[in-house]
Amino acid sequence: MLEHYGPQLINLLAAVLLLLAFAMLSQRRILSLINLFAAQGFVLFLSTALVAYLTDQHHLYWSALLTLALKVVLLPWILHRLIRRLNVKWDVETLINIPTTMLVGIVLVILAFNLSLPISRLAGTMTRSTLGIALACVLLSFLMMITRSKAVPQVIGFLSMENALFFAATGAVYGMPMVIELGVALDVLVASLILGIFIFEIRERFDTLDTRHLEKLKEL
Amino acid sequence: MVLEMPLLLAAPLTGGGVLALVGHRRAAADINVLFSVLTFLAAASLTGRIIAQGPITVLHAQFFVDPLNVFLVTLTAFVGMTTSIFSRPYMRIERDHGRVSDGGMRLYHSMFQMFIFTMLLVLTTNNLGIMWVAMEAATLTTVLLVALYRTPASLEAAWKYFILCGVGIAQALFGTILVYFAAEKVLGPGMGSLLWTHLDEVRARLDPTIMSIAFVFLLVGYGTKVGLVPLHNWLPDAHAEGPTPISAVLSGLLLNVALYALIRCKVITDGALTALTASGPGAPFAGRLMMGFGLVSVLVAAFFLSRQRDVKRMFAYSSIEHMGLTTFAFGMGGPVASFAGLLHMTVHSLTKSAIFFAVGHAVQKAGTQVMQDIRGLLRVSPTVGWGLMLGTLAILGMPPFGVFASEFLILTTAIAEQPWAAPVLVLSLGVAFAAIFGKVQPMVFGDATAQRLPHRPALLPVFAHLAIVLVLGLYMPPYLAEWYRQAARLIG
Repeated sequence: MLEHYGPQLINLLAAVLLLLAFAMLSQRRILSLINLFAAQGFVLFLSTALVAYLTDQHHLYWSALLTLALKVVLLPWILHRLIRRLNVKWDVETLINIPTTMLVGIVLVILAFNLSLPISRLAGTMTRSTLGIALACVLLSFLMMITRSKAVPQVIGFLSMENALFFAATGAVYGMPMVIELGVALDVLVASLILGIFIFEIRERFDTLDTRHLEKLKEL
Repeated sequence: MVLEMPLLLAAPLTGGGVLALVGHRRAAADINVLFSVLTFLAAASLTGRIIAQGPITVLHAQFFVDPLNVFLVTLTAFVGMTTSIFSRPYMRIERDHGRVSDGGMRLYHSMFQMFIFTMLLVLTTNNLGIMWVAMEAATLTTVLLVALYRTPASLEAAWKYFILCGVGIAQALFGTILVYFAAEKVLGPGMGSLLWTHLDEVRARLDPTIMSIAFVFLLVGYGTKVGLVPLHNWLPDAHAEGPTPISAVLSGLLLNVALYALIRCKVITDGALTALTASGPGAPFAGRLMMGFGLVSVLVAAFFLSRQRDVKRMFAYSSIEHMGLTTFAFGMGGPVASFAGLLHMTVHSLTKSAIFFAVGHAVQKAGTQVMQDIRGLLRVSPTVGWGLMLGTLAILGMPPFGVFASEFLILTTAIAEQPWAAPVLVLSLGVAFAAIFGKVQPMVFGDATAQRLPHRPALLPVFAHLAIVLVLGLYMPPYLAEWYRQAARLIG
């Protein structure tokens, strides 16, 4: 049953990931943004576990568990604590021009699909059609980091870019070797802790979390 | 079993741990020097072994040392050692001035060792995945150091450094995934497919389309860390706002290490694309991309130089210029250009860190980084003044310093092989000369505005570096030349 519908289910999950990426791009509330990020992590966990089951790649179960622990539980928990302590839980960011951002996003998706076409043609994995979506998610997270001016959403953009890269690795090659994945996970964890420290420092010095105030250093 | 290899990595790693425990005690700076000397000794004896035995792999081929990376390992360990000697009095003065807290000193010493560790890991690992992880770790260890002074400007610089390099290095991860994807078809899944030595053996069988897409991502990713224009925005800020010893190792070492990662990827990409050489264009694809990025970096950085007011910022732009020149040289390829590129990496690293050492003390004496307010260094301290002047002349490519030799080689090769690029290079070097010399000259000569300092500055590293650069310009020992030649042959 699952074997039969498996590949289609994976495509469905990939589509959900893309939708979530667009939702994050247009979400103004910081709290909802964190929840969307956790949801993205959960979909990633589901798809990795499904690929692991369908292809009988045992190391992928471990990466799925790692995803669940790190990206669904630990990182969102850290982020929740962060916004509670910073008192920005109910903050709403003013985003200008959401429709334009969405249109740019669609262009990026088309670009990503075109770019990944020659790659997925060569891929032997059953998940090859998801590679385009993974690249699209990378570019959408990138776009999100550019369009946001607050520090916390920029961090979430950074983390969701890493999610998309992880998805790309699962889609193209059934995941990177375990040691590498552990290394990457460690880097991401340390990075988010350092960013957390930074956000406090920035608020202390500037009395705001708006990184638009971080524009003193530039060419004269 | 090769003992030097574990020692080389264990020394800075233990050093980082020990220094985190030692904290801000006075001995921390001395322990920092001690571990750096240990690392250098391990690197030197490893070099001796490579010269005697040729390339080696260690620990089931997880680590790999050949003439190309062993010379960078030695350079990294050497500059790491001299920087730790320089930072001993420098950081004490900073602390006396109240710019660094006790916790800051602990962080500084511990992270300095960890930074050296991550760079040595990038250089010696045979695994492209580990290389990426270590490269990201190198960013993480330095990002807190850039913000060490906790001033608004330094926080801004560190945030920019983090976000830009984080985004950049994410592209490199995608590139690494694509390389693994291409390799898996030939070598099968598992760790073996990411080992550089394995990839190098089968490089002609890797899929050219995937490898060229992968190389673009890797170039953007690692190129951000090399500081190539237009991905260079983090570099001047991080150099100007961080403590000077960190500026010295960022400029002298990290940029080199990132370029090294790029060169390793280029060798494989070139191998994969040779299959296309017979069938038409697209063969020197990676080289052309690197030449383009390199040339733009040289040109843009040269013109930004004259607009700088902050002395560390100006020399940061000079680093962008020189890394651009080196990238251009490796892009041209061939034995002479690669030889020149390797030589330029060495002399730039030594000269630029020497300049930053001298600048560090000059800034402490004058109490400002604004060049207009630093005057008459020669009157206050002849050693700092001459150190800065000679370093500046060396970096501008004046004979008889080594930078002249490498720039001359790069230029003559460019005239022979890429005549269109030569005028751009000559113009940029000329503009850079006028800009830097015009600004440094009044800083060194003229009436003094600077003051005396409580601790004696450690200027031995400055003159040691400049002496090596001078010797490299006048006479290159045959074994060193042979070593560079072997490394250049590996790059192709």
